[in-house]
Amino acid sequence: MDWPALRVSLALGAGTIAILLPLGVWFGRLLAGRDFPGKLLVEALVTVPLVLPPTVLGFYLLVTFGARSPLGQAFQAVVGHALPFSFAGLLLASVIANIPFMVQPIQRGFEAIPGDVRDAAACCGLSPWQRFLRIELPLAWPGVLTGAILTFAHTLGEFGVVLMVGGNLPGQTRTLSVAIYDRMQAFDDHGAGVMAATLLVVAVVTLMLTTALSRRASLRRV
Amino acid sequence: MSRAFRDLAALLVVVALCDARVETQPAGRPPTIAAAANLNVALTEVAARFARDTGTGVALVFGASGTLTRQIQDGAPFEMFLAADEDFPKQLAAAGLTRGAATVYAVGQLVIFAPTGSPLVADGSLAGLARLARAGGVSRFAIANPAVAPYGRAAEAVLRKRGLWDTLQPTLVLGDSITQAAQFATTGNAVGGLLAYSLVLAPGFADRGTYALIPATDHPPLRQAMVLLQSAGPVTTAFYAYMRRDAAQSILRKHGFSVPE
Repeated sequence: MDWPALRVSLALGAGTIAILLPLGVWFGRLLAGRDFPGKLLVEALVTVPLVLPPTVLGFYLLVTFGARSPLGQAFQAVVGHALPFSFAGLLLASVIANIPFMVQPIQRGFEAIPGDVRDAAACCGLSPWQRFLRIELPLAWPGVLTGAILTFAHTLGEFGVVLMVGGNLPGQTRTLSVAIYDRMQAFDDHGAGVMAATLLVVAVVTLMLTTALSRRASLRRV
Repeated sequence: MSRAFRDLAALLVVVALCDARVETQPAGRPPTIAAAANLNVALTEVAARFARDTGTGVALVFGASGTLTRQIQDGAPFEMFLAADEDFPKQLAAAGLTRGAATVYAVGQLVIFAPTGSPLVADGSLAGLARLARAGGVSRFAIANPAVAPYGRAAEAVLRKRGLWDTLQPTLVLGDSITQAAQFATTGNAVGGLLAYSLVLAPGFADRGTYALIPATDHPPLRQAMVLLQSAGPVTTAFYAYMRRDAAQSILRKHGFSVPE
């Protein structure tokens, strides 16, 4: 069992949630609200990481931030290391790849709130901020939770982008999914098997948790 | 609401802890060395021996030589690169990314491999393969992709020399690396393949089939070169020198490489 790889995987999942959750709530609510010019394009852009192969994202990140690009050289001059092949680079790739997994469930959560509930809240004299915190967010909470957990689960399973942008560095960018591939390549079926089983258990538990939590949340609402 | 906030707070604490653990890691981390996939077993053993002899360790990352070259060009923090051929290290040296020129550290050997239960008889002259091909018994035959993998180029040369290239062409499955070609051949998806000797000697490979060495004169030599990269520190420089010592060379020999004088 490659414990550093498990730690990198968990840190990547948690870090992705930490960055995407606030952005996802803000953006999901924005998209659930009234139409604005260019909304169709924005919605398409939010969904696009779901459709494109991870290699496309990996390609663009490497071309944009690689050591041969001006942007990459500037980053290296300031931070001291290249953005690809570092945990920070992996985190950036993971955040972009997970946008649809976070934003879409949250958007659906906010969309499900009936318009008259918002109107009633406004009539009661609640400020927009209070309306958001006391009425809308609790009602959209199952969506928010689903977004967070899907993001976490998807990050654990991400492979293509991680290998391309991360470069399989032990303790830094070698996630569990890459470690499994690595063990397979070394004909270490036992090592690969242990980690594959671990990932399978984590995935099933995560999904059970999502279902249980969202069920509990929707029961509470009634 | 308070529940939602509590969930969120708990989540952020977990995130902070995980991030802190990863970020505090870099101090004292051993230097990272990139190596061709066919070195997986041999170099791991050399690195273990090096750690025992010197008390300092190196971290190894394995991949296809072409992929690793690309990553080095894109700024991957490797201090040394051991390729499966000579061209990739030379390419990096020409681009000014290396410290000094490339050195040949090992010469690879090619084998014909037949998985257990395959109708293929593995012999160095490929007579068994030719017989099976004539009888129409070759459904799939695995080699590495000649376009990207040195062992693929060698395999093509051998098959051409034996006049089997055109016959076998429609049946060839091309692995992206020699390791992937080995996966095709061992999982029974092909009647056999031309693989690296170092791979079939790997512990995980035992009992998966039979093999025979291909004479080295049947293909251009599989000279594998290594090179120090710009960021190489003292530990890596020592490891570079260690690769030419007897201890390392005998390990390489044991794992199916021949060693240059």
